[in-house]
Amino acid sequence: MNADLAPSTLDELVEAVRSVPRVIPVGGRTKPRLTQAAATPISTLRLSGMVDYEPSEFTFTALAGTPVREIARTLAERGQYLPFDPMLSEAGATLGGTIASGLSGPGRFRFGGLRDFILGVRFVDGAGRLLRMGGKVVKNAAGFDLPKFFVGSLGRWGILAEVTFKVFPRPEASRTIALQVDHLPGATQFIRQTSVNRWELGALDVLPGGQRIALRLGGPERALDPLAQEILGRWTGNLLSIPDADDLWSNLNEFRWAHPEGYLLKVPLCPDQMPALFDALQPVGDVRIHFSAGGNVAYVSLPGETSAVLMEKGIRGLGHTALTLRGRCPLALGRHTPTGVEAALRLSLDPLNRFPPMDD
Amino acid sequence: MRADRLHELATLLPAERWLTRPEQLTAYESDGLTAFRKRPLAVAVPESSDEVVQLVRACHRAQIPFVARGSGTSLSGGSLPVEGGVVIALNRLNRILKLDPIQRIAVVEPGVINAHVTQAAAPHGLLYAPDPSSQTICTIGGNVAFNSGGAHCLKYGMTSNHVLGLRAVLATGECVTWGGPSRESLGPDWCGLFTGNEGLFGIALEITLQLLPRPERYHTVLAGYQTLDQAGDAVTAIVASGLLPGAIEIMDALALEAAVAAVHADYPPGCEAVLIVELEGPREVVESDRARLEALLAASSPVEMRPARSAEERLAIWKGRKCAFSAVGRISPDFLVQDGVVPRRRLGEALRRIVEMSRESGLRCANVFHAGDGNLHPLILFNGREPGALERAEALAGRILRMCVEMGGSLTGEHGIGVEKRDYLPEMFNPEEIDCLQRIRLAFDPLEIANPGKMFPGPGAPTLSQPGLHPLEAAGVISRE
Repeated sequence: MNADLAPSTLDELVEAVRSVPRVIPVGGRTKPRLTQAAATPISTLRLSGMVDYEPSEFTFTALAGTPVREIARTLAERGQYLPFDPMLSEAGATLGGTIASGLSGPGRFRFGGLRDFILGVRFVDGAGRLLRMGGKVVKNAAGFDLPKFFVGSLGRWGILAEVTFKVFPRPEASRTIALQVDHLPGATQFIRQTSVNRWELGALDVLPGGQRIALRLGGPERALDPLAQEILGRWTGNLLSIPDADDLWSNLNEFRWAHPEGYLLKVPLCPDQMPALFDALQPVGDVRIHFSAGGNVAYVSLPGETSAVLMEKGIRGLGHTALTLRGRCPLALGRHTPTGVEAALRLSLDPLNRFPPMDD
Repeated sequence: MRADRLHELATLLPAERWLTRPEQLTAYESDGLTAFRKRPLAVAVPESSDEVVQLVRACHRAQIPFVARGSGTSLSGGSLPVEGGVVIALNRLNRILKLDPIQRIAVVEPGVINAHVTQAAAPHGLLYAPDPSSQTICTIGGNVAFNSGGAHCLKYGMTSNHVLGLRAVLATGECVTWGGPSRESLGPDWCGLFTGNEGLFGIALEITLQLLPRPERYHTVLAGYQTLDQAGDAVTAIVASGLLPGAIEIMDALALEAAVAAVHADYPPGCEAVLIVELEGPREVVESDRARLEALLAASSPVEMRPARSAEERLAIWKGRKCAFSAVGRISPDFLVQDGVVPRRRLGEALRRIVEMSRESGLRCANVFHAGDGNLHPLILFNGREPGALERAEALAGRILRMCVEMGGSLTGEHGIGVEKRDYLPEMFNPEEIDCLQRIRLAFDPLEIANPGKMFPGPGAPTLSQPGLHPLEAAGVISRE
């Protein structure tokens, strides 16, 4: 890689963007398909570090290339965390890449996803302007909410330079329960039965294989055992030890269950649609699916030799759309109806056409 | 010429839903920011989203500006009519189209009243979290346009955090659908960008809202303090403890006086400040957190602590808090309310400076604020009949806004920029950034016909007029926050 395109200051970032006709920001390369575009990569890895952290404000500001695990460590020292459980943090995901990919982990079930914690951004637009949008305080309604727009923008609407997030105090303790369910119809039924409950679950995930559901409770130490016992009194399952629980969640957060050289897709959906998605993809190959956030998102893994055409057919046939995180197939699968405003906004933010389109 | 152009719009609706007579237009001249008034050419009262789409397309063809309006509770003049334009009144699009307790969503039209969503969800054990003080009258369409907040934002966020999907007609006449019933979506986040557009992008026609399970248990405590600083210190201690209350609110002496006058709220005597803290969650969690909270409060030297012992007592505490703004109408003929945000650790400093500035300007200022998120609500009291008083009040408001930005905060936490704060936008954004906001606006509305004159600084400031309480406010139906 050209050393000039690994900027270490915001000025250098602006220069780098201006120096080439077509660019794509690259962070930790943990979602490789997102950056496989016909464009010059600009590495954000040297734009790293916490800029401002005030635990009493529940906010921090960091450079976009900062590894998420470093942030998590710093927050943990002050008893705080990002409640949406950023994905692939052990693998080296950066803050900027996490925003651009729009990936939230199991913890998004309780307090919302990445979009609900991003407060402000500084970014370089397609004309090479460094701009600030949003704010640095937990509540702000001034100007359009461009920070949210960057969630899932895939590095194709601007290059993030610096970001501000809201954080929460980490619950004093947690418990993880694994329940046995009768495959995906059983999992769907569990989610339906518990759609309104009193426990305030921190996470509700259907594990790959579709026969176990993982629940997480968070809160004061002495409150959790009665809640866990109540759940275990109604459904068959067991309380996990702390190391087993840590393994389980880290396995999900890092996609360790997925085929190593295969396809990995994100598919938003509703819990009722879980069985049909599995049924549609099963004939295509050895499909593994982690249904996260109470069945509101599926992470689909298929072996590398799977036919991408059949895979897309399965997704599209159900009316779903998917984002490819890994694997050699189109970045976006399923139907996308282009809108006039999308074209107009692209012209506004990227008049020189410096960023690749959403489907490259 | 204008009459010709208006003619096409007039033909879209039956005569009784196309209002043009002065006595019909008067009610639409102003909103919650009563200091400004403008008479529109006409008010359209559509009854279906199709009619809204037709109206917007006709406005686009004829290049007639339009302002969408719900209940007109905007505190930043967001629904102030535009001269030579029409108002599209959305109150009759008030259907809850779907309520799915399994997916925990409600799909609503823009004219649905905020509190009606929670009322419809309540039998299923669910609630709609955003709770602006005007929730019994303000509409979801307005909440979406201005990204409204409320008392529970620290924990649950603002309106945008609860909008999962949108169908909207943009100012170009294009209809778009973004998001849907799922909590997750693929980016970029168009719903996030649309929410808080201040009516400059278009009109939301169908909004998919997330609903949350109603917490099993609430624990609400009211604590009185001899000084505002002590109340502020208590907030600092609570936040540092790792507790995450659903709400942390402070009212100062003048606000307390108003609440007592308006709803006979009962507060510990001799207090300069009252702190309200609310915990919520499963009973086991609340019991455990409650013990910690009480220890923290006891150590903060309150004059008195009053935990709510029943649901009725909890509601009474909130009633005093939520009425505080309209209550100020009992102790002053007119008032302006701001909603700037400061970093929470600088709350005490901000309040001291507000007191100083208010003294210098010779105007009284009551303070009610969301202490958990640093969101101030100074209420500047004045008498509009006194020459120059409104101008002095506006000058004081401007100084307070500048202070918020200087401290690293924001011009607005939840009311939006609107007409009121548009000249202050450059305090927060540099010219390139304002240009970027403007380019975004033009992508949605190249003709600048959707709610022009809001958010962006510009010529043609609306004329200030005889202020006074909004008629609904005087009747105690709405309140400003």
